[in-house]
Amino acid sequence: MSHDHDHDPITHTHEPEAATRVRALAAILVEKGVLGEDEIRARIDWLVSRTPADGARLVARAWVDDAFKERLLEDARAAALEVGLDPGPSPVVVALENTPATHHMVVCTLCSCYPRSLLGPPPDWYKSLAYRSRAVSAPRAVLTEFGLTLAGDVEIRVVDSTADVRYLVIPQRPPGTDGLAEDALAALVTRDSMIGVAQPLAPA
Amino acid sequence: MTFGIGDRVRVSGRRHAGHHRTPGYLKDRRGTVVRVHATFPNPETRAYGASGLPEQRLYLVDFAASEVWDTDGIDGRVLADIFEHWLEDSA
Amino acid sequence: MEHVVHDRGGWPDDTPIDRAEHELAEWELLMDALVGTLGARGVMNVDELRRGIEEMPPVSYEAASYYERWLFSVEHVLTEKGVLAPGEIDARVSA
Repeated sequence: MSHDHDHDPITHTHEPEAATRVRALAAILVEKGVLGEDEIRARIDWLVSRTPADGARLVARAWVDDAFKERLLEDARAAALEVGLDPGPSPVVVALENTPATHHMVVCTLCSCYPRSLLGPPPDWYKSLAYRSRAVSAPRAVLTEFGLTLAGDVEIRVVDSTADVRYLVIPQRPPGTDGLAEDALAALVTRDSMIGVAQPLAPA
Repeated sequence: MTFGIGDRVRVSGRRHAGHHRTPGYLKDRRGTVVRVHATFPNPETRAYGASGLPEQRLYLVDFAASEVWDTDGIDGRVLADIFEHWLEDSA
Repeated sequence: MEHVVHDRGGWPDDTPIDRAEHELAEWELLMDALVGTLGARGVMNVDELRRGIEEMPPVSYEAASYYERWLFSVEHVLTEKGVLAPGEIDARVSA
């Protein structure tokens, strides 16, 4: 190998072959006029701007405002728009409420459907073959893997987002949070609690 | 046929060689409609470049885990979105 | 139960769930954005993306990372549609 190749930055990263192919694909599509560079960039900007903080705002609002909670349960997409969030291209988002008697957990066994506009990109484990197979068939064991043990009389409802609808869990409001403002409540709502594999944080 | 909340339904057990969004583990299982969604383009045809029209209605169907799995003592529910053309009346 | 490789619900799998997370690499974000933009432009829709992934050889499906599956699907479907010429990406990568 010549000395020059040792200074090639591409060969010194630990990227898979796919990385080069993706860049080639993008270049070809732009050259052919199939896609524009600006719209690709805008899409990347949108993707990186999505975080669980958006979903957390919906949950916190639902905790303090019963009427809002009912609207959220009826049509989560409209509720998101109501608080100034961008619900993204997914046509329907449905919020599922946890209660002392029922605990919801979301999975996509067929691929990785996920409410990305409200939670950002899904974690690797959500997309893993292990989670996709066992979330539906052994949910209590999966929750134990995540460190969550629910009482035996709590009904676990696993929701498989098999089609166009995306699901967001509204976890139960933690005890000892009566005096907290909405922002402080939102800070307790973790991404994993909105997927259903964890409870929200306890107040400080 | 169309379904409403509370209707008992059975997911068709038919094989489907191409793309479809009815998971194998729910085929032939009986559940209850708990939510009636909007209609959506049919992914089975849209996946091959067709329009996906006419749109098909989607339902959230609730199954007892014990109906779905053979595991002894399994509790809880499994819910999934199933298209109308995969559901049969099971009253 | 049919065992189509992507249809994982109830698939026997004792692998512990790996909870390590990684921030998306630039190429992964780009791949995601390409799919979103192809969708917005009406060139390739999400059902075609999923179908393309399902057409991966099962061994490849299980070995591939998440965005590698997306890449396979987009190459496969866009070539099928004539948006890409067969071997076009290969040629570009080895240039």
